[in-house]
Amino acid sequence: MLFGRPSGSAGSAPAGRRNLTARLDPSERVFRAIARAGGAVVLVLMGLVGTFLAYRAWEALRKAGLSFITTQDWNPNGGGFGIAAIIVGTILIGLIAVAVAVPLALGTALYISEYAPRQFQRGLITLIDLMAAVPSVVYGLWGAFLLQWHVVSVSRWINNWFGWIPIFKVDDVTRHAVQPTATFYTSSSFIAGLVVGLMITPIASSIMREAFSQAPVGEREGALALGATRWGMIRSVVLPFGRGAMIGGTMLGLGRALGETIAVVMIISPVFHIQPYILEHGTSSVSSLIALQYLEATPFAVSALMAAGLALFALTLLVNFIAAHFVTRSRSGALSEI
Amino acid sequence: MAVLPFPSAGQPGGTESGAGAGARTTSTRLGRSEAPARPPSPRRLSGARLADVLAVGGAGAAALATTGVLWTEIGPFSGIVGYVIVSWILFVLIYAFLVSLDENRPTMRDRVAATVVHSLAFVVLVSLAFIIVYTFFRGFKALVHLNFYAKDMHTTGPLDPLTKGGLLHALVGTLIELAIAVGVAVPLGLLAAVFLHEVPGRFSRFVRTVVQAMTALPDILAGLFIYATLILIFGLQLSGLAAACALAVTIMPIICRAADVVLRLVPGGLTEASYALGSGQWRTVMYVTLPTARSGLATAVILGAARAIGETSPVLLTAGATNYLNFDPLHGPMMSLPLLAYTLVANPEPNYITRGFGAAAVLLVLVLVLFSIMRAIGGRGPGQLTGRQRRRRLAESRRDLDRITQQTAIEQAADSAAQAGSPSRWLLPSSWLPGRRP
Repeated sequence: MLFGRPSGSAGSAPAGRRNLTARLDPSERVFRAIARAGGAVVLVLMGLVGTFLAYRAWEALRKAGLSFITTQDWNPNGGGFGIAAIIVGTILIGLIAVAVAVPLALGTALYISEYAPRQFQRGLITLIDLMAAVPSVVYGLWGAFLLQWHVVSVSRWINNWFGWIPIFKVDDVTRHAVQPTATFYTSSSFIAGLVVGLMITPIASSIMREAFSQAPVGEREGALALGATRWGMIRSVVLPFGRGAMIGGTMLGLGRALGETIAVVMIISPVFHIQPYILEHGTSSVSSLIALQYLEATPFAVSALMAAGLALFALTLLVNFIAAHFVTRSRSGALSEI
Repeated sequence: MAVLPFPSAGQPGGTESGAGAGARTTSTRLGRSEAPARPPSPRRLSGARLADVLAVGGAGAAALATTGVLWTEIGPFSGIVGYVIVSWILFVLIYAFLVSLDENRPTMRDRVAATVVHSLAFVVLVSLAFIIVYTFFRGFKALVHLNFYAKDMHTTGPLDPLTKGGLLHALVGTLIELAIAVGVAVPLGLLAAVFLHEVPGRFSRFVRTVVQAMTALPDILAGLFIYATLILIFGLQLSGLAAACALAVTIMPIICRAADVVLRLVPGGLTEASYALGSGQWRTVMYVTLPTARSGLATAVILGAARAIGETSPVLLTAGATNYLNFDPLHGPMMSLPLLAYTLVANPEPNYITRGFGAAAVLLVLVLVLFSIMRAIGGRGPGQLTGRQRRRRLAESRRDLDRITQQTAIEQAADSAAQAGSPSRWLLPSSWLPGRRP
């Protein structure tokens, strides 16, 4: 017996339980107190933001009641206001962004971890990190001044040939009309979603790449030794290993896309009815609504904006927790935590 | 013995087996007497074969030509983006067909997958290049004038040429706001990360959950929070300080979470060794955990700073916009680069739009500078050292070795002196001498 033998009382029965907690030095206690205080300050600050938003939003929510969810219009100073239209617009832009970002992020992550020559890998990783750090106003400028005018022709083409699918419909434009003007197709959710999709691609991509590069070497070599091609190896080892990170990275990107403000403001033109047609001019999102309306807002209108913001926050929070769940529960996530 | 196509020279097996069984000697001799057949040139295991190159080139040419015919002769198509998309799809299809002519199905799938992966990565990198180059291209006319960096906008009207006015006020404002935001958020964020890592328990788990939740906070809500509290309730002006507070609220959870992840990567063996040597928690954190994670922590801080520098929406609500140079973060509105770019391009005047792109380009340069700093000091895993650090460690351990050998020499001298009975034991405390207790 090595441990737990009470010293000094050999032979006799141990008197009472031995005290196992360490007595800390004063310096240790000060350190712990400072660390705890730091944690508490951060907790209080963050908690303050959440509770204050909820408190101020409550005012508007109480007045609007259930109509807050069903109303499409936004007139807090008289008449009804509600998030039905703007939350639908937000989610649509987020979904388009994810639909754009997932293939791009997956391709980039696979390229960096599996195909790129070794000596370029670090440089490529830095480039992707840089892409994540490019300010959103720059993406917005690019989207509004360059991409928009090139995408219009694609929008028109999709509308012409697939206009019979409801979401690709554009009002007031008949099929193969004699070159409808470009303004029918600008400022749409599709273009905003494209730009936001490019913004979230590096975020999703770096999470996926990290998981892919951790796929066990033994399993990779096993697959190759059994005669798999490189793609066969990726499909049977790398992708199943990184499945959790793929879902998690996508959700994290979705969370970012839902909250994106400036790039969306610079592209869309706001409308306040539910806009399910993604190619059509005009849509709206929660954060762009806040950015456009806070200045002329009365105190009650600010509270209404906060209610909208709170709904958005709830949405992004849900998405982020789902993402965290998938990232940590997956095999890849479990390995990355030491 | 089966006749091998390439009898390996110098292997004694042939002659020995020949000596053992007489009947087989002839066949072995026969093999050896013939001039060894030259091995065919070794099979190439890497690089592209001619057929591969031809398949790629042919598919590319066919796709471009077909799309060209579609665009100019047949379809009601137009636009460069559509052209690229359609020719890419055609390229993949034709390439798959060409490969399937002389390879089997799995190889064909492998080639197609490689093509798709390469082109997706290419699209991402090209978009990044386009975004950066386009910003500089549109802003170039403003960037070449020196007054762009030395003047503010307060005397510049909408029709003034680019030789008047500049972004000095926004540059100063960005740097002041960044300094305050980083000065508030970094110490708090790092301290909280150390707390999460070092004082585990129910409370720290709760803090971690809250911090994780707050990373999901849309950035505009941070601005709205500061706008509604500091400005509407406490009566602070629209000012640099308010904007910096909004930025700090935005980046603090990001820095804290990134630092928490980095601290968790510090090898447990290092901290345990430190505890085993008798140092307390404070010393372990100060001398082992933080230095080991230094480059990762620097990355976390700079990622936070890059985020803060580029955020527009919190600043939009809290800083106010001005055309005047303002050094005082407490009073009066303060401009920042992203906000300047955003407000300038909202104006239809072409010169304003050019200046807006110029501001965005300067902002990009700042982000690039931050990134190269990060590349220089960070980006290494915990415990990985630069060349200079490694040399320093080596010198330290040499000094340690010298010290220990000297110590041992003294010890031995004292030992032998004690054996000889001379009273030189005072050189060392008695407990240091092994096996010499009275």
